[in-house]
Amino acid sequence: MAEESGDFVIRVRNLVNAFGSQVIHDGVDLDVKRGEVIGIVGGSGTGKSVMLRTVVGLNRPVSGSIEVLGRDVLHLNDEERHKLEAHWGVLFQDGALFSSLTVAQNIEVPLKEDLKLPQRLMAEIAATKIGMVGLPAEAADKFPAQLSGGMRKRAGLARALALDPDILFLDEPTAGLDPIAAAAFDQLIKDLQSSLGLTVFLVTHDLDSLFAICDRVAVLVDKQIRVGTLEEHLRDDHPWIHSYFHGPRGRAAQPAGTH
Amino acid sequence: MAPAASILASEEGGATVFRAEGEWLVVTAAELDRRLHDLRMPQDRQVTVDLTGVNRLDSTGAWLLLRTEHELAARGNQVALENLQPRFAPLLEQVRARGISEPLPHPVPPHHTFVGFLARIGMITLLLLNRVYDILGFTGLVTVTLLRLLRQPRRLRLVATLVQMERVGLDAMPIVGLLSFLIGVVMAYQGADQLRRFGAEIYTVNLLGISILRELGVLLSAIIIAGRSGSAFTAQIGTMQVNEEIDALRTLGLDPVEVLVLPRLLGLGLTLPLLVFYADFMGILGGALMSWLVLDINIPNFLTQLQSAVTTTTLWVGVVKAPFFAAIIALVGCYEGLNVTRSAESVGRLTTQSVVESIFFVIVTDAAFSIVFSMLKV
Repeated sequence: MAEESGDFVIRVRNLVNAFGSQVIHDGVDLDVKRGEVIGIVGGSGTGKSVMLRTVVGLNRPVSGSIEVLGRDVLHLNDEERHKLEAHWGVLFQDGALFSSLTVAQNIEVPLKEDLKLPQRLMAEIAATKIGMVGLPAEAADKFPAQLSGGMRKRAGLARALALDPDILFLDEPTAGLDPIAAAAFDQLIKDLQSSLGLTVFLVTHDLDSLFAICDRVAVLVDKQIRVGTLEEHLRDDHPWIHSYFHGPRGRAAQPAGTH
Repeated sequence: MAPAASILASEEGGATVFRAEGEWLVVTAAELDRRLHDLRMPQDRQVTVDLTGVNRLDSTGAWLLLRTEHELAARGNQVALENLQPRFAPLLEQVRARGISEPLPHPVPPHHTFVGFLARIGMITLLLLNRVYDILGFTGLVTVTLLRLLRQPRRLRLVATLVQMERVGLDAMPIVGLLSFLIGVVMAYQGADQLRRFGAEIYTVNLLGISILRELGVLLSAIIIAGRSGSAFTAQIGTMQVNEEIDALRTLGLDPVEVLVLPRLLGLGLTLPLLVFYADFMGILGGALMSWLVLDINIPNFLTQLQSAVTTTTLWVGVVKAPFFAAIIALVGCYEGLNVTRSAESVGRLTTQSVVESIFFVIVTDAAFSIVFSMLKV
C-alpha cells in the first residue's frame, strides 16, 4: 500500500496527554513496524491504556500527531475514520462483549455494519473465528455471562478479528487468567499474528507475555517512552526499568541464557 | 478501486479446473459466495483448484476456499488446492486446523411455540410468587434485626440514618413540593370546570381537601420517592454487591442488614410521613392559589370552606399510610440491591425492577387501605 510512510503502521509524534493538570505523556514518540508485536509496559498510572485509547481515537490528546496506516487519526472525517477502523481490531480488558448478544452475534456485529453478507455466510465466518481463537463450536450460541473470563477474552479476540484487521490492539489480554490459560493465550496470539500477518499493539503487565511474544518493548517511564528490544531494556540502567526486568519476577520470566 | 475476486470453472484434459483469482477477502466474500453458489459442482471427478491468481487472502477467504474444497470432496471428487502463494500457506493451515467447523444450527427459541408461550406464562407466574415469598422472608429478617436493635439501641447507626434522612427527605423537598403544588393547581382547575356547571364551585375546596389529604399527597410522595430513593437503594447496594463490598462486610463480622438496610428503612420511615404532610400542604396551597385566581374564592373563604370539609382525621388517614409505603419502598429497594449478581448489567435490570415492584406494592397496599377504611367508616 503506497499511502504508508515507510514500513511503519503506527507513527506517534510528540504526543502529550493530560487529565486536568496531571500530565500523563509528555512528548512521546513511537513507531510500530508492520508485522511486529510491540509490548507497552509501565507502572500503574503511567498511561499504558491511555496510550492505546489515544491511538485508536477514544481519547483526544492535548497535542501531538498520530498516524495509523499513513492516516492522521486526529483529523479524519467520519467516513475516513470508519474506513480506517475496519483495519484494526481492539480487545478490551474483559472482552467488552455486548452482553445482550450471543458470541456468534457479537462477531457478526462488525460484519453486519459494513458488508452485505448473507446470514448463512456470516454464521460460517463467526464459526470460523470461534474455531480460530480456540473456543468450542457450542460457544457460538452462549451469552457472555455464561462464559468464563478466559473464554470471554477469546470471544472478544474473535470479534476483534472479524474483519481480518491489519493491526490488533490488546489491552492486558492475559490479566486475570491462570498461568496455563495465559500461556495458551500468548501462544494463540503468536500463532494468529504469524499466520494472519498481524501487527500487534500489546499493553500488558505480564512479563511472561513480553518474553514470549514481543519483538520490541516500549516502556513508559517519567512521562516518556523508551522503545527497544528486550536485550536493550535488560541493559538499561534506568532505576524503574532495571527493577522491572531484574526484579524477582522479571528474572523468573526470562528464558534461560538471556542474563 | 474496490477489490475484486472471482472463481471460474473449466475442463482441461479430463479434469475440472477451478481458477480462483483476485482478492479473497471479507469485503469480497458476498460476491464470492454468490459466485460459488452459481458454480456447477462436478461429481466423482478429478478437481484442481488453481490458486495462482489469488493475490490477497484473509481468513474469510481461506474459509471460502476450504468450504469449497469440503463441498467438492463431499461429492466424491478428488480435490487438490494448487499453486497457493507460499505466504498464504500458514493462514490456510491455521483456518484448516482450527477454524473448519460447520456453524451449528441455532436452536429455535422455545417461546416461539404455543406450548413455549404457555410455559413462559407459567414460569413468570411462579417467579412472581417466588419473589413475593422471598420479599416476605426478607421482611422477616429485617424485622428480627430491628427487634434486636430495640434491645440494644447502641447498635443503631445514627449517622448513617441521619444521612439517609437527609438524602431521601430533605433533598426530595423541592421536587415533591413542586409536583404537589402543580397537582393542586390542576385539580382545582379541573374540579372548578366541572362543578361550575352546577353552580357548586365552592365544593372545589372539598374536592381538593379530601382528595389531596386522603390520597394524592401520600400516593404522589410515595411514587416520587420510589422512583428517586427506591432506585437509589437498589443501585447503591447493587454496586456494593458487584464490588464484593457486601461480602467484605460479612467477613468483617458486620451484618449487611444492620449496616445497610436498617438506616435506609428507618431514614425513609421517619421522613416519608413528614414529606407527605409537606406535600399535602403544598397541594392545598396550589389549589388555594388557583381557586383564588379562577374562582374568586379568596384565602379566608377557602380556609373556612376547607375547615368544614375536612377534619384532622382526613389528614391522618393519609399520613398514617406513609410509614407503610416507606417500609415497602425501602424493603423492596434493599432486597433487589442485595439480589444483584456480580455483573454490572444486573444492577440496571434490578433497579428498574425495584421501582416497578415498589410502585406496584404501594398502589396495592393503598387499595387495601381504602377497603379497610371503608369498613371502619372513616
